[in-house]
Amino acid sequence: MKRHLLSAADLSRDDALLVLDTAEELAQLTERATVKKLPTLRGRTVVNLFFEDSTRTRTSFELAAKRLSADVINFSAKGSSVSKGETLKDTALTLEAMGSDAVVIRHSWSGAPVNLARWVKGSVINAGDGTHEHPTQALLDAYTMRQRHGRVEGLRVTIVGDVLHSRVARSNVLLLSTLGADVTLVAPPTLLPVGVESWPCETSYDLDAVLPKSDVVMMLRVQRERMGAAYFPSSREYSRRYGLDVRRVTTLKDDAIVMHPGPMVRGMEIAPEVADGVRSTIQEQVANGVSVRMAVLYLLLGGAESAIGSPE
Amino acid sequence: MSAVLVKGARLVGGDPVDLLLDDGVVAEVGLGLSRAGAEIVSADGLVALPGLVDLHTHLREPGREDAETVETGTAAAALGGFTAVHAMANTDPVADTAGVVEQVWRLGVQAGHCDVAPVGAVTVGLRGEQMAELGSMADSAARVRVFSDDGKCVSDASLMRRAMEYVKAFDGVIAQHAQEPRLTEGAQMNEGINSSKLGLTGWPAVAEEAIIARDCILAGHVGGRLHVCHVSTAGSVELIRWAKDKGWDVTAEVTPHHLLLTDDLAATYDPVYKVNPPLRTQTDVDALRQGLADGTIDCVATDHAPHALEDKESEWGAASPGMTGLETALSVVAKAMVETGQLTWRQVAERMSHTPARIGRPDGHGRPLEVGQPANLCLVDPRAQWTVDARAMATRSRNTPYQGDTLPARVVATFLRGRPTVLDGKPA
Repeated sequence: MKRHLLSAADLSRDDALLVLDTAEELAQLTERATVKKLPTLRGRTVVNLFFEDSTRTRTSFELAAKRLSADVINFSAKGSSVSKGETLKDTALTLEAMGSDAVVIRHSWSGAPVNLARWVKGSVINAGDGTHEHPTQALLDAYTMRQRHGRVEGLRVTIVGDVLHSRVARSNVLLLSTLGADVTLVAPPTLLPVGVESWPCETSYDLDAVLPKSDVVMMLRVQRERMGAAYFPSSREYSRRYGLDVRRVTTLKDDAIVMHPGPMVRGMEIAPEVADGVRSTIQEQVANGVSVRMAVLYLLLGGAESAIGSPE
Repeated sequence: MSAVLVKGARLVGGDPVDLLLDDGVVAEVGLGLSRAGAEIVSADGLVALPGLVDLHTHLREPGREDAETVETGTAAAALGGFTAVHAMANTDPVADTAGVVEQVWRLGVQAGHCDVAPVGAVTVGLRGEQMAELGSMADSAARVRVFSDDGKCVSDASLMRRAMEYVKAFDGVIAQHAQEPRLTEGAQMNEGINSSKLGLTGWPAVAEEAIIARDCILAGHVGGRLHVCHVSTAGSVELIRWAKDKGWDVTAEVTPHHLLLTDDLAATYDPVYKVNPPLRTQTDVDALRQGLADGTIDCVATDHAPHALEDKESEWGAASPGMTGLETALSVVAKAMVETGQLTWRQVAERMSHTPARIGRPDGHGRPLEVGQPANLCLVDPRAQWTVDARAMATRSRNTPYQGDTLPARVVATFLRGRPTVLDGKPA
């Protein structure tokens, strides 16, 4: 039985399309309604288990679950027993005893959702684990691309920035290749992982060469502390070589869109004028995030058997 | 102690003979032996090997008696066919003084399951700053000959040079944990295709190979003795082959798990597969097997690293690295090397007994099974198949990567100076 969403690789092409279609239907339903709540998950309990601060993602999942009438518990590591040395396993068993139907987990260690899934009977949804994956982000990105371009298949998607440490990049590469897009990763060589040649995508070090061919440009956040670890010499040099500034945007095709998973470092990887410009989908991504997460919760929890995701 | 007559054992895999063990030594070897009052041990179909010698064991005492003690660790060793183990120095307190190594040595004598040869730390507190009193440890009752900061690399080139020079005065060897620290900050698994997908920080092969290259050249320069712990990459095998061609005094060990397992297992995120150095690729496994077969890698050492449950039942990144290995070592070597035709039992005896004993210099171990030699040996059923059950093991910890696996070859009996420590596969 399919139960979890741990990796974008858990989704077949049909699974992914079902999520996107369901998200679209749910968005239309709630848009038209005066009361935005649907009764679908009434009586079900969804736990938001966040070991890492992320107001944006937690709020998005919370809103998604509430719009489906689920009971939502926010369990944040700070101020809970987790900070007193309780292990992930103990936390999992506690949630299990409370009868949670789904756990949405954000954790700073890669693979923590996989570990959690061994200890709980309910569904586990990966809301970002370390530098591994963030599958619902990839789903909302694909949804946004489809909204703007009418399709995902055949799109040329360029993902720019700190691929090495990015769970967004990993999930997007997997999902977008499943959906038939052509992905190119652009980064300084220090921020591409050893082994990236095995991923289903192209890579380049030259942003200017790739931009004119792109339908979608997704900018990743670059944390300033990477500079201290000598991945690149200075934030100024990074911006000059890999930042999406006003000049670079003029080389894009007319209908190309600019995406960012947030939170942004304005002036570093993206110029404020670009982030706020007409090509930018940053606000739409946030809104779409709720619809996509509703769809995921609905498909995992709605029926007797989950309709998507990994069996174990 | 009564004499023991081992009937019909295939001596290091050869033709069946009888072995009479009396007064701590092999008293007679031949066909149709008899001795009134001797305890008879039938060894029909069993292979007799010289008692195995482990150059790399973590017994965790003093400090982490919840994970292992000298008593439980050496009991596990005996069940694995070992008659001598070298106990690594990264205990708490660190074995960096004559006092601590003598304590560990005495605990071994008291337990009586196998001989314990304590390894002394190279630097005070394993901090890599100041040389520990190596001479005092060598002169102590523990007679330390192997020195290692294992768990940490002696990364300072000057300190490593001085240590290799200094121990020449008392026939010592520096066993290096080759891991360039700056190249492995936060490292979680082998750097490669799998780490890129799993989002786990990579531990690149070059971090091991760079230190091995440096240390081999240093050993050649000062004429010192270098032993490379747990070699894990194909590149390391090449470097050691090159150093040996130069005639430098360099030896190396490989663990059973690096001969069998690959980093594909990390995809489970099950920390039982987290180990340092990490599991590598099939290419590395093949090169390590070849290196062990052709003698480039001198011996097998377990790196038996027991950990308490709470240190393994966690997220991968938070878990302690290490696997238990004493009770599975011979079986894993049988599976990886004997069943594949890369080693004979005679060669297994060399790589798990004679050679490690030559490197570590424990008294009376790794000797041939000949008249007058200490009666340290084990009897192995080469046709046995058994299923690994962590709960049934003598080690106090459960972090075996082979849980539920079926492995070939089983240790039936072990003798320490003629006294059985294991009979019928159980503690004697």
